[in-house]
Amino acid sequence: MKYAVLIYSSEEGPASPAEHEVYMELSGRDSTYGGAQLHPVATATTVRVRDGEALTTDGPFVETKEAFGGFYLIDVENLDDALEFAATVPAARNGGAVEVRPIVER
Amino acid sequence: MIDDVFRDEWGRVVANLVGFLGDFDLAEEAAQEAFAIAAERWPREGAPANPGAWLTTTARNRAIDRLRRERTFAAKAHLVAAPEAVEDEMDEQTFPDERLELLFTCCHPALALDAQVALTLRTLAGLETGEIARAFLVPEPTMAQRLVRAKKKIRAAGVPFRVPPEHLLPERLTAVLAVVYLVFNEGYGGRSDLAADAIRLGTSLTELMPDEPEAHALLALMLLHDARRDARFADGELVLLEEQDRDLYDAAKITAGRIALERALALRGRGPYALQAAIASLHADDPCDWHEIAALYAELARITASPVVELNRAVAVAETEGAEAALRLVEGLDLDGYRYFHAARAELLRRLDRLPEAHEAYRRALELTPAGPERRFLERRLAGPAT
Repeated sequence: MKYAVLIYSSEEGPASPAEHEVYMELSGRDSTYGGAQLHPVATATTVRVRDGEALTTDGPFVETKEAFGGFYLIDVENLDDALEFAATVPAARNGGAVEVRPIVER
Repeated sequence: MIDDVFRDEWGRVVANLVGFLGDFDLAEEAAQEAFAIAAERWPREGAPANPGAWLTTTARNRAIDRLRRERTFAAKAHLVAAPEAVEDEMDEQTFPDERLELLFTCCHPALALDAQVALTLRTLAGLETGEIARAFLVPEPTMAQRLVRAKKKIRAAGVPFRVPPEHLLPERLTAVLAVVYLVFNEGYGGRSDLAADAIRLGTSLTELMPDEPEAHALLALMLLHDARRDARFADGELVLLEEQDRDLYDAAKITAGRIALERALALRGRGPYALQAAIASLHADDPCDWHEIAALYAELARITASPVVELNRAVAVAETEGAEAALRLVEGLDLDGYRYFHAARAELLRRLDRLPEAHEAYRRALELTPAGPERRFLERRLAGPAT
């Protein structure tokens, strides 16, 4: 079985890289096959497509009715490309929304 | 002289540095350092032949020094290693005008609209945070926070420094137009250099997007307003429209504005800027067709749902239906933090001989108005009879 482990951290104190090293040792590195740290929520952009038009807003996705349903990791040139990708995701078109968050690169 | 160079060159220098460094804060700091060096050195040694290129070169070198000092050199080495002749003096050819790139970056839809405008005023027009805060009717720390957050997001989220490709251009234009117009308005109150900056940016936009009616309409609007600049002030004091000397209108600017308006209308422009430009064109006529102006404001209010537009409509209605009818429109508006709301209300009350109320409204307008001709105008009104 594969599982997603979703991390909710306070904005003030995300784990340091050193803390993560320790955690990875304890939890058994072998069982992970991907993961990333996201930039703070202030860097988020949300995309919704309504009537065929992509609406871009500054900030995270905040509705509570919809549930977190999945994610893509993409490697593109810049935020414009990422937002265009987001606008093609089905959830953005059928009443939901897609949040784009930059990944911390080490 | 440094002041003139600052106004002329700030936006271009910062744009070039943001393009080069990919970092707004570093670009602003380096630009400030370069201007400070110029202020110290030029009066003694004379200004260089190309002040903009000198400032840009100096600022670039300062930025590189700073990167080295802060030992972030390795992290940003790719910037410094860029094939730029950074130690050489730049001439016009190697000093590209990247203000449009900067404008579209500042006006990216991943930023909130108020942050877009604020960032443009800071980086392109060189306004201080306090000036921007006043233009937005918010406290200065709020504005400072907004600027910091916007710059962080641009860097962390990867907002590109460029004019967007064709397929993204139309949707990006709305924000850019709004921003340019706000820059113009900041200048219309007195800082004519800002108005000239805005007109320059507006002209560039019409060249970049020749088929976009609202770009032509915005340029028309700015030119038609700017044409009346000399008539708006006599000996540094504010003159109301009905008392303006029409011989002082800049005929060439009115003509240029009307040509741009015709271009916008020929492209089927019926948007907010086309309507406002049409109104500005009517304002330049003698006598003004206030009925037509009121009708255009009604149309504008319908598409913008803006209380500020309603306020302007009320001013036109005062001319056609009288101050009583106008005041009824004004009283319903939620614009307590807007100085022109109180000034317009005061003027209507004055015309209706309700002088104590008029005085109270002038006082409120005065509280919201920074030092300058507009403030002195209100003070003269307040010095008039109160009963």
